[in-house]
Amino acid sequence: MIVEIGHYALILALSLSLVQSVLPAIGARSGDARLMETGTITATGAFVLLMLSFSALTAAYVTSDFSVLNVFQNSHSLKPMLYKVTGVWGNHEGSMLLWVLILSLFGALVALFGRDLPASLKANVLAVQAWITACFLLFILTTSNPFTRVFPAPMEGQDLNPILQDIGLAIHPPLLYLGYVGFSIAFSFAVAALIDGRIDAAWARWVRPWTLTAWVFLTAGIAMGSYWAYYELGWGGWWFWDPVENASFMPWLSGTALLHSALVMEKRSALKIWTILLAILTFSLSLLGTFLVRSGVLTSVHAFATDPTRGVFILAILCLFIGGSLALFALRASTLEAGGLFAPISREGALVVNNLFLTTATATVLVGTLYPLVLEVLGGAKISVGEPFFNLTFGPLMVPLLFAVPFGPLLAWKRGDLLAAAQRLYFAIGAAMLTILIAVALTSGTRILAALGFGLAVWLMAGALTDLFVRANFAKVGWRTGLARMRGLPRSAFGTVLAHFGLGVTVLGVITASAFQTETVTAMRAGQTVNAGGYEVRYEGAQQRQGPNYEEQVGTFTLRRDGLDAGTIESAKRFYPARQMPTTEAGIHTRWFSQLYISLGDPSPDGASIVVRVWWKPLITLIWIGAIFMAVGGTVSLFDRRLRVGAPARSRKRQLAAGAEA
Amino acid sequence: MTRPGWRAIAASLVLAMLLIVGPQGAAPAFAVTPDEVLSDPALEARARQLSTGLRCLVCQNQSIDDSNADLAKDLRLLVRERLVAGDTDDEVIDYLVSRYGEFVLLKPRFDWATLALWGTPVAVLLAGIGFAIITMRGRRQATAPTALSPEEEAAIAEVTRSRG
Repeated sequence: MIVEIGHYALILALSLSLVQSVLPAIGARSGDARLMETGTITATGAFVLLMLSFSALTAAYVTSDFSVLNVFQNSHSLKPMLYKVTGVWGNHEGSMLLWVLILSLFGALVALFGRDLPASLKANVLAVQAWITACFLLFILTTSNPFTRVFPAPMEGQDLNPILQDIGLAIHPPLLYLGYVGFSIAFSFAVAALIDGRIDAAWARWVRPWTLTAWVFLTAGIAMGSYWAYYELGWGGWWFWDPVENASFMPWLSGTALLHSALVMEKRSALKIWTILLAILTFSLSLLGTFLVRSGVLTSVHAFATDPTRGVFILAILCLFIGGSLALFALRASTLEAGGLFAPISREGALVVNNLFLTTATATVLVGTLYPLVLEVLGGAKISVGEPFFNLTFGPLMVPLLFAVPFGPLLAWKRGDLLAAAQRLYFAIGAAMLTILIAVALTSGTRILAALGFGLAVWLMAGALTDLFVRANFAKVGWRTGLARMRGLPRSAFGTVLAHFGLGVTVLGVITASAFQTETVTAMRAGQTVNAGGYEVRYEGAQQRQGPNYEEQVGTFTLRRDGLDAGTIESAKRFYPARQMPTTEAGIHTRWFSQLYISLGDPSPDGASIVVRVWWKPLITLIWIGAIFMAVGGTVSLFDRRLRVGAPARSRKRQLAAGAEA
Repeated sequence: MTRPGWRAIAASLVLAMLLIVGPQGAAPAFAVTPDEVLSDPALEARARQLSTGLRCLVCQNQSIDDSNADLAKDLRLLVRERLVAGDTDDEVIDYLVSRYGEFVLLKPRFDWATLALWGTPVAVLLAGIGFAIITMRGRRQATAPTALSPEEEAAIAEVTRSRG
């Protein structure tokens, strides 16, 4: 019964979305306030219905109702409760439902918090949002219905892919979807502005909090996914340039560009047309990502859905929205007025450089991801484009960009002075130089590249701090007044500093972990030891254990450091009988920001020894800690006064009320 | 543009050039088992280096160095066999390509079929720079103050005369 209610709610949500696709748009065109206002109710209604639908599917998973095909295929009665719940989106149908739920969540948020938007803009935004929702609901209902029943109901489910039975599945997909579906709002705003034919700095101010929210979630989601892959896949890599990773990385790159260009538009009313285009492209890349992952056209470590009819359907949606919005853009972009002028050396100029490199990087990742596919379709050779290609192309594009980052915030709007900015950065320059010299000296000149990389990381971190000190004007006013002034700085200033600092932290982690990692692969018997990262790692032996829905062989290692006990590591190989699949559970010991990572290989035929891989990964956690800095920076920036669109309106109302009383 | 600007650009270019040869050298290997390791450390290092660039054909986007698959192990042994037999790195790669096709290379070779792939970063960057320069030039010229028309000159003369 609950399942049928969920199914019905899904159909009702589609009907409501269809209404929302039409009425508010007609209202905006004819200036009918009542028609425009329908968007608010339908958007909220569609969200409530989808929430109901999603809850119904969750209920089926929690109660292990195997009469539902989706639950039968992806769940098991013995599975721990957490994975029963997360299993809802650990499969194609459920994850599409989550996708649409989040899409409608953003629509409802605009409906509820967009009270201060001009009525026609809000109506158009909600209509565009409903077009997307309606298309994807149609997709779910016709090709990927999670509520299909199976008769007779099987006694036991087929279990969830063991790799996905991890806390990571609880966090990673929801965060990722909040991120890349969140960019739909920027897209809807862009299309609405093109329909309206009117766009100004206020538009950028309205879009910015939504873009920033999406970006924060996407940053956190990608970082989380990277850490999950790192500890779960058991070979210690943290980024594989896998097509599915690229699918989420492309919207992140162009979304980052969008954040920066929207800043120029908001402050200086320049780069308007470009910003609109970026908003369209960013969400188009999100759609493309959905297509790549959901259609199964790519073979990759994340492959869990393969069915061509679905692929064709999503491809049609993709063409409709990307083609339609780009056509509208081509038609209307020329009617948009160009904005403020600026010199090449200026804050705007720096942000253009940012956009130039981020867009080129996005294009590189896009072409690298799709090239083998397209070449094969065109009847060309079957080729692979993997990590070495991306390291060779993406890396060099990032270096000049990272080098330029500290200059940006120190240049004035309109016309900046590069020399003055460089003078203010003397501390950062000195710190970077010193770092390089020390690194070269410590490695006796054998690791020049790593040393330069360290310099770049320190340059980014010190540059971010310089920005803060210059803004508070510590040099002139002294520490006491400086601190007071620092407290008075807008939150967005702190956001920039935190995000740019985080970038440096991530670079430091990447350089150290890839240049100074040590690796030992050896067959060990119980009682033998190996040395890694200053630890003496002693293998104590393995034992067999039984988990709720798996069997595992657990190897125990004791650690000693400087002759003292330093803890134990358990590393395991699991076997899930329901799916007949093995997984590795790496054992990780964290010391400050570095990690000792142990994964088990195969035992020798006689069972006396086992292949053990021990890695020492110096400063590796900084990679993700830097991403956390970026996400926190984005969040801090989100709470900036000027982005709280409602604030001025409310205070105006209060003044009016006060005036009336007097 | 002031001088430090050029210096900054030059420095970043140099760093970029350096990084081009950078990241591969440090890439570690994971799935090698102890029985595969060659006794000659120089040869072994070359084998590992080569392995990171070769695709495990039955895997999803993994190099033979990362993969636990049986085929990856066979390929690792094959690479080592060729190296011991005295092949150069290029000869090993040519041999594998002749046997398994270009698909085995994670870094595709630069030829006509991959021209667009390798050309994209450079082309997009140059196009972007060109577009930015042209737009800025055009905008500045379009909004640069032009000389007054004869009518406007006359109007100003009129105003100043009446004031004076």
